[in-house]
Order: sequence, then C-alpha cells, then structure tokens
Amino acid sequence: MQRYSALSLLRHALTGQKGWKPAWRSPEPKSSYDVVIIGAGGHGLATAYYLAKNHGIRNVAVLEKGWLGGGNTGRNTQVTRSNYFWPQSAAFFDRSLQLYETLSRDLNYNIMLSQRGILTLAHSHHELEGIRRWVNAIQINGVDSEVMTAQEIKKLVPLINLNCRFPIQGGFIQRRGGISRHDAVAWGYARAASDFGVDIIQQCEVTGFDIKAGRVNGVQTTRGPIKADKVSIAVAGHTSVLAKMAGFRMPVTSMALQAMVSEPIKPCLDTVVLSSIIHVYVSQSDRGELVIGGGADVYNSYAERGGIPLLEECVASLMELFPAFSCLRLMRQWAGTVDVTPDTTPIMGKTPVDNLFVSGGWGTGGYKAIPAGGETMAWTIVHDRPHPLIEDFGLERFEAGALIDEGAASGVAH
Amino acid sequence: MLQINCPFCGCRDEVEFSFGGESHIVRPSIGCSDAEWSDYLFYEENLKGIHCERWSHSFGCGRWFNVARDTVTHEIHAVYKIGDPKPALEK
Repeated sequence: MQRYSALSLLRHALTGQKGWKPAWRSPEPKSSYDVVIIGAGGHGLATAYYLAKNHGIRNVAVLEKGWLGGGNTGRNTQVTRSNYFWPQSAAFFDRSLQLYETLSRDLNYNIMLSQRGILTLAHSHHELEGIRRWVNAIQINGVDSEVMTAQEIKKLVPLINLNCRFPIQGGFIQRRGGISRHDAVAWGYARAASDFGVDIIQQCEVTGFDIKAGRVNGVQTTRGPIKADKVSIAVAGHTSVLAKMAGFRMPVTSMALQAMVSEPIKPCLDTVVLSSIIHVYVSQSDRGELVIGGGADVYNSYAERGGIPLLEECVASLMELFPAFSCLRLMRQWAGTVDVTPDTTPIMGKTPVDNLFVSGGWGTGGYKAIPAGGETMAWTIVHDRPHPLIEDFGLERFEAGALIDEGAASGVAH
Repeated sequence: MLQINCPFCGCRDEVEFSFGGESHIVRPSIGCSDAEWSDYLFYEENLKGIHCERWSHSFGCGRWFNVARDTVTHEIHAVYKIGDPKPALEK
C-alpha cells in the first residue's frame, strides 16, 4: 500500500501528481472464499478489515451490487456520538467512538473526525427533566455528557433562536460527539482491507444463497456462483430482501430517511445541534454546507428518495431554530433506505441459517457504529458466537422479550 | 406527496393520513409459542414491491382501510376496505 503522508504529498506535487496508485484493487471474483460479506458499505468493509487485521482471515470477498460506499454510508449526515441510555448500547457505541478517535492513524487515511460536540435541545420543562435523567444514565455508563442551561446554549451557538415555537429550556452536550467524513471512512477501510488481500467486488449483486441442510455454502451472484464457508449480510435497508432469499424474515421496516445540504457559507456553526421535539438536526460541514436531517418518512419505502411533507417539516423546524438560515438555498436533497427495528437497537449476530450472519437493523444510526460494528462482527464470524459487546443485540431478544428500547435515547426519534 | 383515495372521502394528500404498517397480520391463538407470538408482534414481510398496508384518514373521516402500494415506485395499485381479502396484483 502506498502510504499517505505530508512527505508523499510533497513528493507527488513535485512530480506532477502522476505517481498516485488506485487506493484499492478491483479483482475478478474467485470461485470460493473463507468469508463472503454482502454489502461494501462501512459495516461490510470494516468487518472485512477486522477479519484480516485482528483474526488473520484474508481470503475474504466483499460483494457490492452498486458502488463502494454508495448506499447509506454515503448518504448519512456523518454524526458520531455515544450518548445512549442503556448500558449495552453505551458500551458498544462508545467503543465505536473510541475506534473513530484513532481511525485516521490506524487506517493511514484522514477521516476528518471533528469532535465538535453534539448538543441536544429541550423544549419543555418535562423534556429537560427527562434529559437530566438521561445524562445521569450516560454518566453512569462512563460516557461524557453534561446538562446546559439555555444561556449556556446561546453562548455556544449564538445564531440559535431560544424563543422559537416551544422555547428552548436547556439541553445537554456530549463534547466527544461530532462529525467526520463518511466517504473517507468507507474508502479508508476499503483501502486497508484491500491491502490485506480482501477482494472488493463492485457491480456484483447477490441473487440467492446456496443453502443445504440449514447451512449456507455460498451465494449466487450476477457474476456467477461464489462458494464460501461463512457469509455475512451487511446491506442496511435491504436486510429483509436478503433474508427472504435465505428463507427467513426479519423484524425490521425499511423506510426512506432523507437529508439535505444548503449552499456553502462561511463558518457559523461549530456544534451539531439536534432537537428531538421539533425534529431536526443540523451541522456545518468542512465545505461550509449546512447538513440537515430529520425523521424518516412514515411509510415503508425502498425508493431511495424522500417525500415532500417531511422535507417541509424539517426545513420549517430549522427556520424556527435558526431564523438566519432562511436566506440560504438548499443545494441537494436525497434519501437512503434504512431498516428500522421495533426497539431501535441493531440486530447483529447469527441467523436461523448456520454460518450465515447478519449485521442490520441499523435504522437511522448506523454510521456511528461502523468501527465497532465491523470489529464485533468479525469476532462473531470467527468464533461462531456473538462478541460480548453484542450478546444482547441478537434476534433472540424478540422472542425473549429482552428488547433494548433506545427510542428514548436515540436522539431523533426513529 | 402521495395522493391516497380514501374509500369514504375520496382522493386527498398524504398529510391527512396516518400509516398503520403491514396488513393481513393474523393474531395467533392464546396458546401459541413464544416464537409464534414474537413473529406476530415484531416480524414483517417488509416487501420490496407491492405491499399491502393499513392507512387511517386521521385528519378526515378517521376510518381505517387497506392500500396496496409499491414500495419502490410508491405507486398505489389498489385501495380496499379492512376485512377485504388481498387483491390479486402479483406482478
């Protein structure tokens, strides 16, 4: 692998930028692999990377029906945080945030992590009471978070309108939360995994599974059959579609989650601001665009485009919070297909089919979980039992009734 | 914006309606297993294609009905009453 550094930048600048090599290989698929991962998004690529790095399993293929990082990995709003209520979630998502904190160095790829803090607003006395309880739980989980008064919020975010409809009563901030560059996370993992020998095969759609006596032996693809000892599904909104091919159902609903960006402006917002009640969140990217998101569209959808009612709600809420933004134009709007679970906690681990694994149900919050998702899924695939951090995230919880209801703690309600 | 043809009020904009999830889910008997109960409560077809689902005209007549809608194109193929069988629409 060609290492990136200030020195390499300088050297290539002096030689006309002609010496750069592709960041990853694009090989033809082999006829068999130890592990086949379906979906070259953040989770699939991270799983392949940790299989190679932590477990020495390098005969791995990542199959992608479209292009690498072209699904939800390239459509999310790049937020990372670990301010969860339940201990299982906090342990998992904080592990993810810790991995993010050193990821640029680990991958030799700048993911542009900016821990600018994520501020959650309270618009009523009762919501503020709820937030106090939530912050206590987060702190007991060993994660940083602090309650802020309305005045402290105004000082931190001068453009905010405290007297919006449902006036702001206070809020809380996780200062280690923030944003990073989502494409870089996919590309960084792809480059590092490819360097370990992982084959990343784009434009290769899985069309079926080869299952005999309840055990998966490989997949059928648009580029021919591929044998595999183990197969892992990491396809976000299409989890149910793949599960159906393998003969089982999933407790998820696929919905369109939209996001949008404004035209670029000078720096004016150096925190991620989120309101659960009026349903909007916003941050400013390094390019100067305001990145805006809200809730998911209300009905099942695989369309990868958002509806107008939610777009209007989102923008109207933003105007309430930041009246100054009303003079900006929206530049782009898009949507991804997210698979939402009943308890808004992901589904990770084994499936009813032997040697077939799933990492899904990420709903509206999969991006922040990419590093820990990859690390724990790799461990799970190797050991054929769930990694201790994800023991409670398995499908069994729906039968046992042991749901991990993060609806309250997930920031924007799913 | 979806345009939904309420069987009681006629065609209205999506914002007048509430979504009620998948239709035709049959409640299992009282003596069912934990697995059957979990399947009933949480598991879904979550179809990519024509999906039969419940809608309520909450800012209109308030009544529930079924809609067969394509989850990729969002095209509505049929609107029919609660209790009516699934229309034959398989592509």
